[in-house]
Amino acid sequence: MAEFTLPKNSRINPGKHFKAEGAKKPRTFRIYRWSPDDGENPRMDSYEVDLASCGPMVLDALLKIKNEIDPTLTLRRSCREGICGSCAMNIDGTNTLACTRAIEDCRGGEVAIYPLPHMPVVKDLVPDLTHFYAQFASIKPWLRTQSPAPSDAERLQSPEERKKLDGLYECILCACCSTSCPSYWWNGDKYLGPAILLQAYRWIADSRDEDTGSRLDDLEDPFKLYRCHTIMNCTRTCPKGLNPAKAIAEIKKLIVERHSA
Amino acid sequence: MSDMRNPLGRARGLGSAKAGTGHWWMQRLTALALVVLSVWFLITVLGLLHADYPTALATLARPWNAVLMVAFTTAMFWHAQLGLQVVIEDYVHTRWLETFLVVLVKLLAVLSVIAAALAVVRIALGH
Repeated sequence: MAEFTLPKNSRINPGKHFKAEGAKKPRTFRIYRWSPDDGENPRMDSYEVDLASCGPMVLDALLKIKNEIDPTLTLRRSCREGICGSCAMNIDGTNTLACTRAIEDCRGGEVAIYPLPHMPVVKDLVPDLTHFYAQFASIKPWLRTQSPAPSDAERLQSPEERKKLDGLYECILCACCSTSCPSYWWNGDKYLGPAILLQAYRWIADSRDEDTGSRLDDLEDPFKLYRCHTIMNCTRTCPKGLNPAKAIAEIKKLIVERHSA
Repeated sequence: MSDMRNPLGRARGLGSAKAGTGHWWMQRLTALALVVLSVWFLITVLGLLHADYPTALATLARPWNAVLMVAFTTAMFWHAQLGLQVVIEDYVHTRWLETFLVVLVKLLAVLSVIAAALAVVRIALGH
């Protein structure tokens, strides 16, 4: 059966509390902590951060905690402007990027921060995305053509054809959508998930690509594609405002189109 | 058995079944049929609320009602079977149990369709 409860060694214990003495504008962040080295269960540490001396985004607070309060806090981050996808995590109940999520947009008092849901954890807020990336590689995400490239020019595309890639090319593969999808939680070993399916559609929709048929062949599968039950968590959570559910629907429509009714 | 397989090999697995579209399409077609047939079914059943037994039998025995009743039960059991298969595949991850349950649901659905059709035919012809 699918696992609905956490295994014993994953149950979360209460953790330490770090108080900010003399803070003008304190706000508490409750953060999931787990280390592979100490044999302990995960715990929730809480940190008071003085927002008077902190940047506006959740990533600013996390880096302030790491720099000034607790250097053992582990997280991924790189571009701090929503283009690399490294700092994807579950903040205030939603998968999003720490760098583009404003602290003041988080509801309630304490801001709870967990790693992306239902993924193996490497440490603290760092999930293991090995399988996710392997699934991305499995769709062969590059231009596949039979005709040789023009020797003296690019492969041309009309402005209308280029427009079809809008809403697809912006995907940064942060994995927020896939890890918000219950189908991906229960069947992520086989189901490709919204991010990879959106990426697959990005190449199907590309007018320069000549391998649509075999791309659809590879997707037409009860588990790889049809585990999508249009739950729509993907579209709701995408920090880039994209619509993976629509891309999946377009794939399904194309597959129906090449069958007879 | 320790798993030293390359992650890409694991992700590609057994490859695509090149199937599943028929299932997805029939789920939608039967759903559409059920929208129409359920309206007919509710109107007919509500119309029989205070009827006695012979009136109910006579109503069901009318040709169009008999035809639509068989269509309704068939579409319903078909749709239920398709839906239950999805639920089982989603949540039951023990391979033999998954196969057993899906086959069981299919057999029960076929049996139910036959039983329902036979019941309606007996009423329709016996009247």
